[in-house]
Amino acid sequence: MELTIGELERKANILRQDVIEATSEAGSGHPGGSLSSADMMAALYFRAMNHDPTDPHWEDRDRFVLSKGHAAPILYAALAESGYFPKEELLNLRKMGSGLQGHPVRGKVPGVEMSTGSLGQGLSMACGIALAGKLDGKGHRIYCLLGDGELQSGQNWEAAMFARHYRLNNLIAIVDRNRLQITGNTESAMSLEPLPDKWKAFGWNVMIIDGHSMIQIVEALAKAKESETNPTVIIMNTVKGKGVSFMENNCGFHGKACNANERGEALRELGCNK
Amino acid sequence: MKLAQRNYYGRALAELAEKDPDIVVIDADLADSTKTSEFKKAAPGRFIEVGVAEQNMIGIASGLAASGKTVFASTFAVFATGRCWEQIRLAVAYPKLNVKIVATHCGISVGEDGASHQALEDMALMRALPNMTVISPADAYEAYAATMAIAELEGPVYMRLGRAEFPPITEEDAPFTVGKASVLREGSDVTLVGTGQMVAFCMEAADHLAEEGIDAEVINMSTIKPLDKATLRASLRKTGCSVTAEEHSIIGGLGAAVAEFLAREMPLPLEMIGTMDTFGESGTPSQLFEKYGLTPGDIAEAVKRSLERKMELRE
Repeated sequence: MELTIGELERKANILRQDVIEATSEAGSGHPGGSLSSADMMAALYFRAMNHDPTDPHWEDRDRFVLSKGHAAPILYAALAESGYFPKEELLNLRKMGSGLQGHPVRGKVPGVEMSTGSLGQGLSMACGIALAGKLDGKGHRIYCLLGDGELQSGQNWEAAMFARHYRLNNLIAIVDRNRLQITGNTESAMSLEPLPDKWKAFGWNVMIIDGHSMIQIVEALAKAKESETNPTVIIMNTVKGKGVSFMENNCGFHGKACNANERGEALRELGCNK
Repeated sequence: MKLAQRNYYGRALAELAEKDPDIVVIDADLADSTKTSEFKKAAPGRFIEVGVAEQNMIGIASGLAASGKTVFASTFAVFATGRCWEQIRLAVAYPKLNVKIVATHCGISVGEDGASHQALEDMALMRALPNMTVISPADAYEAYAATMAIAELEGPVYMRLGRAEFPPITEEDAPFTVGKASVLREGSDVTLVGTGQMVAFCMEAADHLAEEGIDAEVINMSTIKPLDKATLRASLRKTGCSVTAEEHSIIGGLGAAVAEFLAREMPLPLEMIGTMDTFGESGTPSQLFEKYGLTPGDIAEAVKRSLERKMELRE
């Protein structure tokens, strides 16, 4: 049964709480870029994607590649909430012996498709998976979540060229356009704009949405499935750290977890009763 | 009769195209040179051109392999290992995916194109990666057999092939076992360990040495990683000294692998033939072999140094 927009929003909120808990417990990690993509991840895992947590290797599943691998906490949260593994495992994030490595590793956690974490490589991997789907005459789709900062890496544009050349309409890229990278604003570090024009020039369908509007996300994902020839990119404008006032638009929380006080405050803001 | 390894790679791929529907071949604008064009002729739908984009090529290969394909990815050795080393590390070696990186145009025998195109560091780069198997066949026949063998092997492989034609020294249709060296000539005075085209030079050197009364054993070390320690151990127990020969830097390749083994297990004299921490340049292959000290004569000289050191140890 399909979740309503309201239910998806509540899922996103649960994922945000999980991100705060897991990264705080770990004492490190990347909460900022996890929170900015929480709404999209909820829409993907609880509405758009055709997947079965009881059968992670199901041949016809839709695949998800987290190119911005540092946002591993939000992926793990989505997988755990979906039922791929027990939610308690989230508290072992980044701990020795846990499958929940600092950056995602294929084969260590059910539901993690590819090893990522070194930026700029996920879209190529997603293209390869999409191409294999085409070669095998399959109908599944491949979703790839990219950071905006990593689009400064040239390999993405090699992949963008490839996806259009091979008419990978089963590939849907999503750019988490939170405008912040470690150094600061993306436009002062290495300007990406006009970003939609770049994708258009590479022959992609381009959609620009508010990445915190669940209705816009759900509609964009539905529309992306209709593409008959070209790959689609959804550029979603987001706020890094979204949902926790003191983390919002704060580069400091790119790669730093909340301390005990901040954790409590963040969870209160997210309406957690723990 | 002179044969090029890359032609036999192409021939093997064309056969594999018929045999295994899960094989996909990917190339970066060099199919006519790497001979993946033979696969393209046999199975055009499973040949993927990526253009001049090696980093993307590795990512695509990774995604294809993650979807159950056996992927052969080819370009020149410099680009196949250097341009996209970190892509290979993250997208292929770490997740142990079934990608065979088969590079042609290794070593200085590339010739006239010069240093930019002469891979002398590729084995070092690939050998350092966990989960990676590294293969360097001795001639065209072995290139064919190794291609067929690695198609059956699950996991990441790097195989280096040459551009030039040279006479084969192994038997056509001899079976190839990954990780198994072969003794091409038995001897008791010194162990010559060669890889790639240098195996033929080792055989030539052994002939010259025989005329001088030196009895050299020649090992074809066609798998650099994992190194066939058993064959080395047995030979060195008998001979007590060794020389390695490779068309590669002495840093990080065959010589280094043998040195690491000897230092740990049986510290015996070793002389290395290879490029001495230097880039190549334009020239004919034979001029370059001469200048960079990679001729059968250089190997024979190294044998004498190794033998002298063995004598000193025994005194």
